Amino acid sequence: MYNFEFEKPSTVADAVSALGGEDAQALGGGQTLIPTLKQRLAAPSTLVSLGGIPDIQGVCIEDDGSVAIGGATIHATVASEAAGSYPALAALAGQIGDPAVRNRGTIGGSLANNDPAACYPAGALGSGATIITNTRQIAADDFFEGLFSTALEEGEIITTVNFPVPQAASYQKFLQPASRFALVGVYLARFADGVRVAVTGASEDGVFRWSEAEEALNKEFRQDALTGLSINPANMIADLHGSKAYRAHLVSVMTKRAIEACM
Amino acid sequence: MTQVSMTVNGKSVSGDVEGRTLLSGFLREHLSLTGTHVGCDTAQCGACVVHVNGEAVKSCNMLALEADGADVGTIEGQANADGSLNVIQQAFQDHHGLQCGFCTPGMVMSAAALLKENPRPTEAEVRKYLEGNLCRCTGYHNIVKAIMAASGQDVSSIAAE
Repeated sequence: MYNFEFEKPSTVADAVSALGGEDAQALGGGQTLIPTLKQRLAAPSTLVSLGGIPDIQGVCIEDDGSVAIGGATIHATVASEAAGSYPALAALAGQIGDPAVRNRGTIGGSLANNDPAACYPAGALGSGATIITNTRQIAADDFFEGLFSTALEEGEIITTVNFPVPQAASYQKFLQPASRFALVGVYLARFADGVRVAVTGASEDGVFRWSEAEEALNKEFRQDALTGLSINPANMIADLHGSKAYRAHLVSVMTKRAIEACM
Repeated sequence: MTQVSMTVNGKSVSGDVEGRTLLSGFLREHLSLTGTHVGCDTAQCGACVVHVNGEAVKSCNMLALEADGADVGTIEGQANADGSLNVIQQAFQDHHGLQCGFCTPGMVMSAAALLKENPRPTEAEVRKYLEGNLCRCTGYHNIVKAIMAASGQDVSSIAAE
């Protein structure tokens, strides 16, 4: 790993200021970034740790019933503290990596990285979450812009992620046991005004909504509603763990499991 | 170089490190606490698990400067005050929970973290918690058995011998 300067501000304002430096990069829990640095795939001049800012840590329930999670909140905290207010999201957090990874990795880091096989992008997109930064609010539908790409500007920090709580929701993860990422993961959320189905691990463009399935489930919320629907394998990921067709098939299977879990 | 200070196994320590110095490197190379092993260096294997403020973390995937001011626990701090093995370490010995021993420090530190939050885990809970700790010798059965025994449970009927 190339060397860098290290800063650990205690306020968002100081972090934004530190990130204004040339080639400065934000550090969440580092569970992806540190391995990336070890491989010399990134060479920031300064790493700005977001782990020392109490204002962007923790889980709380807003007046409207939504669940607000600080951007620097670790997965283990979401798994335990959101278990009562939003069980499906807490369950998702509790399936990321392994216990030691969950004690360091953060929700903001996961969303900002937008790994195409990460769990949180599916949870945020499936829930219709709002990503709140130091400058603005971004709807999840506008946030994810493809492989490792998001609407975040240089130096913009995720301070809070706000999740509306659906009537029922389920995250179905087909685990890739070596990486512990999702080979395919489907997050299904059923709101009073409609169903959202978000898919991770499958597409070369990263997390996406399966809109045909959503339309079918809005008409009739049962597994049979998906009969005849399929995902086009053309844009699916193919690697040694699974072909395009395999992943496309898994999307249907995991969506059906999520429907069953919501019944 | 930046000065970093922390408490390791109850003792205050400090040293000058680079930004890129990993916690595992600080423990091993600056403090000569080589019980924390670096197996994969990609955060997969768990041989480097230590406790930071009581929580299990992979020390090869955390910067030393991120642990500034923290209370760090390593395998060297696990034995009883008189130097005898603690209950988890003794159970690993009694139940043959190690062969080559490379993964053992991480296994013991993960086991300690598990038993702190779940004092009487089921066999399935132990196996689930150890997902981030790889052992290439034992096949895990005797590690699971040792951790169950350390929690005070009867292990006579557990898994394979």
